[in-house]
Amino acid sequence: MPEMGERDHPEIREAVRRLCERFPGSYWRELDRQRAYPTEFVRALTEAGWLAALIPEDYGGAGLGLSAACAILEEIHAAGCNAAACHAQMYTMGTLLRHGSAAQKRRWLPEIAAGRIRLQAFGVSEPTSGTDTTALRTTARRTARGWVVHGQKIWTSRAEHSDLLLLLARTTPREAVQKRTEGLSVFLVDLREARGRGLEIRPIRTMMNHATTELFMDGLELPEDALVGEEGKGFRYILSGMNAERILIAAECLGDGRWFLDKAVAYAKERIVFGRPIGQNQGIQFPLARAYAQLRAAALVVREAARLFEAGQDPGPEANMAKLLAADASWAAAEACLQTHGGFGFAEEYDVERKWREARLYQVAPISTNLILAYLGEHVLGLPRSY
Amino acid sequence: MRVLVPVKRVVDYNVKIRIKSDQSGVDIAGLKMSMNPFDEIATEEAIRLKERGIATEIVAVSMGDAKCQETLRTALAMGADRAILVETAVELQPLAVAKLLKAIVAREQPSLVLMGKQAIDDDSNQTAQMLAGLLGWPQATFASKIEIADGAATVAREVDEGIERIRVRLPAVVSVDLRLNEPRYASLPNIMKAKKKPLDTLTPEALGVDPTPRLDYVRVEEPPKRKAGVKVASVQELVAKLKTEAGVI
Repeated sequence: MPEMGERDHPEIREAVRRLCERFPGSYWRELDRQRAYPTEFVRALTEAGWLAALIPEDYGGAGLGLSAACAILEEIHAAGCNAAACHAQMYTMGTLLRHGSAAQKRRWLPEIAAGRIRLQAFGVSEPTSGTDTTALRTTARRTARGWVVHGQKIWTSRAEHSDLLLLLARTTPREAVQKRTEGLSVFLVDLREARGRGLEIRPIRTMMNHATTELFMDGLELPEDALVGEEGKGFRYILSGMNAERILIAAECLGDGRWFLDKAVAYAKERIVFGRPIGQNQGIQFPLARAYAQLRAAALVVREAARLFEAGQDPGPEANMAKLLAADASWAAAEACLQTHGGFGFAEEYDVERKWREARLYQVAPISTNLILAYLGEHVLGLPRSY
Repeated sequence: MRVLVPVKRVVDYNVKIRIKSDQSGVDIAGLKMSMNPFDEIATEEAIRLKERGIATEIVAVSMGDAKCQETLRTALAMGADRAILVETAVELQPLAVAKLLKAIVAREQPSLVLMGKQAIDDDSNQTAQMLAGLLGWPQATFASKIEIADGAATVAREVDEGIERIRVRLPAVVSVDLRLNEPRYASLPNIMKAKKKPLDTLTPEALGVDPTPRLDYVRVEEPPKRKAGVKVASVQELVAKLKTEAGVI
């Protein structure tokens, strides 16, 4: 494994690596074939406390900061595993932690920390509004007993493998608010009660093994205490969670990049063509060297973004750049790795094609590269809004 | 009952090692290091003894440079109660380790020293036996099952003929084999707790032990490269080759 610079949280990284050793490529290949959820892997992570890293110690978690969560997710990916099945518990947690009521925290956090309740689903995107979040059409209307929800969500990952869903819905019509970011609210939906009672979950089969779904809500009733924080301020709550999400996904990309490079370098050294290792050819060597340099640079920005986030800031530019640079670096490494392997890269048993499919996602999710560039152009460089 | 568990920091078992160009040893600079897997099994067994209410305290001990603290923290994260590091820059050979352990035993008064049967770096398989000899304690090596009752340990040992069961009176030295147990993961809460557990540092001088190596390495070499095999056309040809070329029948 090429050195990736100073490593924080060495004991956490070591322990996560050890756990991941028990989930080798063969485990993921079989799941990939069946498009099945890595239940055993998620259970092992949960039982060892990794998914409760960010929950405060008072609620039974480890009370660690975002950089520790980054280290956990990076190592999972560097080991060839995939945290997409469970990483949402890391970033959805923040919304509940920062904006949930004392009663909500007491009720849910110890259960989540103990692994009895899963908070893995995050319902924001809709078929007609992806990144244009404020245009979402799902509504939650006040009733005598609480709320009633109508609408549709898409790309709600892990909804079938989660007990709770963090849902963003409009509680005041767009016409009735001054700014379109107002009038949105966040709800904590108990999926165990909601399914079949106004909520339908339909899985979407995708090009990689990613348990994503669409949600249909038709008269879904929620109790009064499902509302998180203040009514109408949900968009702000979600935004801060999105920064955490981008930083954490960027850490996963770094891990993927390390895996690709490790795999490619080993193969380039041992594969002999025309009497010499193919890694001796600059056509093979240089893309790997470039991807390595890109990863090292991205790692610095990811670390900086996590540091700012932990310091209580809202590092929008850094979180976006971390995601952009790390996703680009991991994709460069993925491409170089596949090319280095030649035909064998396409054979399932090398795991390269699977990881390549998985890594491609982060050019698009959780936010597409273009929207990051538009954000930097407008909000950092002060250029006219391009969309 | 106090259990002492010596743990060694070694090159991780997944790492492919390289011999130094001057053949003076293995180049370990920058390599990933881990706890010796056999010592992990010993730590796990000590924790299980504690969980069964037989052991009351587990003391992990390691020797070498300051980085051995990481190995001790791993043992603490698994469930050891406290740790001792004997810090030294001197290369430690099995006899020196056994002497240092004897001094630790004198300080800690354990009823049981539970350790890996060998370390995966030099594969010496000597320290447990030497320690038992120096202490004048009974020893049970290559344990695949350990039961403790009435001041004695009943140990199943994997030997060529099958499983041998021996009973040793405590205090004793027991070295563990691969199939004794499967070590647990260190969980995140336990990793956090491990940071607060006590870790004392001693030196060979403080223990009154001279750890100077007694053996010189002459040369370290790569094993010979495996030669290509041959395909045989028939059973007759195979048998003939086994007789004439391999000389095994």
